[in-house]
Amino acid sequence: MIFSFDLLFEAVLFGILLGCFYAAVSIGLSVSFGLLDVPHVAHPALMIFGSYCAYIVAGWGLDPILAGVVLMPVFFVLGVLIYRFYYETFERRGSDAGVRGLAFFFGLAFIIEVGLILGFGVDQRTVQAPYIGSSWAIGDYRIPYRMLVAFGVALVLTAALTVYLSKTFTGRAIKAVAQDEPALRLMGANPVRIKQWAFGIATGVSALAGAMVIIVGPVEPAMDRLYIGRTFCVVVLAGLGSMTGTLAAGLILGISESIVLMMLGASWAPAVAFGLLLVVLGIRPQGLFGR
Amino acid sequence: MKDSRRKVLKAGAALAATAAASTTFPRFAIGQSGPIKIGMSMPQTGSLGAGGQAALLALRMWVEDVNKRGGLLKRQVELIAYDDQTNPANVPGIYTKLLDVDKVDLLIAPYGTVPTAPVMPLVKQRGLLLMGNFSFQVNAKVQHDMWFNNAPWNDASSWSDGFFKAGQGAGAKTVAVLAADNDFAQNLANGARTLAQKAGIKSVYDQNYPPATTDFSSLIRGIRAAKPEMVFVMSYPNDSVAIIRAVNEIGVGSQVQIFGGGMVGLQFTPIMTSLGSLMNGVLNYNSYVPGMKYPGIDEFLKRYAEKAKEAKVDPLGFYLPPFNYAIGQILEQAVAATKSIDQKAMAAWLHKSEVKTIVGPIRWDKNGEWANPRVVQAQFRGVADKDTEQFRSASKQVVIYPDEYKTGNVITPFEKARSAK
Repeated sequence: MIFSFDLLFEAVLFGILLGCFYAAVSIGLSVSFGLLDVPHVAHPALMIFGSYCAYIVAGWGLDPILAGVVLMPVFFVLGVLIYRFYYETFERRGSDAGVRGLAFFFGLAFIIEVGLILGFGVDQRTVQAPYIGSSWAIGDYRIPYRMLVAFGVALVLTAALTVYLSKTFTGRAIKAVAQDEPALRLMGANPVRIKQWAFGIATGVSALAGAMVIIVGPVEPAMDRLYIGRTFCVVVLAGLGSMTGTLAAGLILGISESIVLMMLGASWAPAVAFGLLLVVLGIRPQGLFGR
Repeated sequence: MKDSRRKVLKAGAALAATAAASTTFPRFAIGQSGPIKIGMSMPQTGSLGAGGQAALLALRMWVEDVNKRGGLLKRQVELIAYDDQTNPANVPGIYTKLLDVDKVDLLIAPYGTVPTAPVMPLVKQRGLLLMGNFSFQVNAKVQHDMWFNNAPWNDASSWSDGFFKAGQGAGAKTVAVLAADNDFAQNLANGARTLAQKAGIKSVYDQNYPPATTDFSSLIRGIRAAKPEMVFVMSYPNDSVAIIRAVNEIGVGSQVQIFGGGMVGLQFTPIMTSLGSLMNGVLNYNSYVPGMKYPGIDEFLKRYAEKAKEAKVDPLGFYLPPFNYAIGQILEQAVAATKSIDQKAMAAWLHKSEVKTIVGPIRWDKNGEWANPRVVQAQFRGVADKDTEQFRSASKQVVIYPDEYKTGNVITPFEKARSAK
């Protein structure tokens, strides 16, 4: 084991960047699973689909992150359609919707994965951008620009969603549908339309998250599997539905993983992340910022 | 998934009807009139999928060629290949199905160490011949005497020797070892550690990383802090890309003389093209690089390139395809020599014989690994971005080791090699 305060500082610094990246890839799930209680295990698959779409759009000469932003409305519509289908075929039909919904979203994830294999093959795909492959040197420290971009995007996403959910009528309605759906219905709002809208937002966000994934590293169709555990871990650790909590949980996970990776040994990193989740849930079952 | 599945089913139905009509029909005659089935699982998706698809294309080329020549023992050859998704958990089930449902006559292992390891106990238990497919040391503990690897290596020293010799030649006395947490990388890393110890090279950093590692920046920072003079990396394709990128962003320190060694993926054309100049200076293993001459390989690569374009797989196909085509050639020669598909007889013949293939003559030791290994350590030099065709030139991967294939000397330190032409 190597220890120095310089190294520890670097580990924390890089952990913050990594943590913001984790938060950004989880924030869509925080809306769909955290607020809507939809067992959206296809979230990482949609995100990787977003990476491939960003790859295509970036191929036309657009910056990958801008490509993600351009794709957000398209993914919003896709999300609305997916939720509508899920609602009509599963949620509306009965009390075991959760289990059947899980099967539906697993199925969706597999369809996306196979579709990507058929469309793009199994080779890795990468994008080019000025901030990929270069770093910002401050003395002895070097910070990859791609991680700084991920950091910035995560902060903007978290701030935007927090403001949207707390300051706008629809945002507050989304929070209300998560807390008390019958009460919302009594207020004259249609919970299904609100959920549909929220799921659209969650899916739209996954397009931008996908663009971030492909700037951080190359993607391949089966890569969604790597993110299922981590994204659910961040959302549950945060406390279901909390946007700032998602950022905080991402940071905790990123910093702990980075310190363990650098100081103790990479093999321990996944165990520490999930160990942390167990400890937090043992002390606060509702998660760090749970309602 | 299956070649001519419908034809085979029709042929099978016709045979069954004939057998039912005549109870006196000799049983062996039924078995010998159908095609010879060769079965395997192959990673066609997942992290080894890109390599697996290219390898499968080469095997199908051999099947096409041998069938044009009249097949094996005058019977057509049918290749049955299932996708194991680079998931070792899928492999035992696939091989059980191949043996018990598809009733294949001969078996080929999936590409890679991790998917091959689970099938070894099965073939040993049933006493079956298994053609290895670029796995590393999977038979070291199982000791199955009917295993024959197509990969040009033997033990860990046959793989890492060239790398360590190059480092020592540059005066390196310390090493950092970074290895994936899987069978292949661990087998190789253990061998590298032993080699380093024997050579008096001090290990200053030794880490295994889990398969789900997202970003390698933290690990590269750790290596830089340890100030090694050699960095030996054993990684799978996705990790190799992330490691190379992190090295370019973070740096490993000016004291590093050589970097690389056992990075899988830097042999796959799509990865080589996408990384481009980021690979410059890396000294890494390979099975074949342009300039190595064997009878038939140029003609094979030319034909492969045409088919690869149609199939949208690795367009150059230097790494796995020739060696997969060689598997077919090995089986063909063993069947021809023994005049049977008796697996025990074929294994006995292979143990005592040398076979001629497009990757050169091959002879095996008692463990079924190459008796005369020839793992190439080559340094990437002057590689440009976004240019696939450049890799057809011998100058982009300069062979440092072994001596019989050497095309240049290693450039050190690593920082200098990165800008060398």
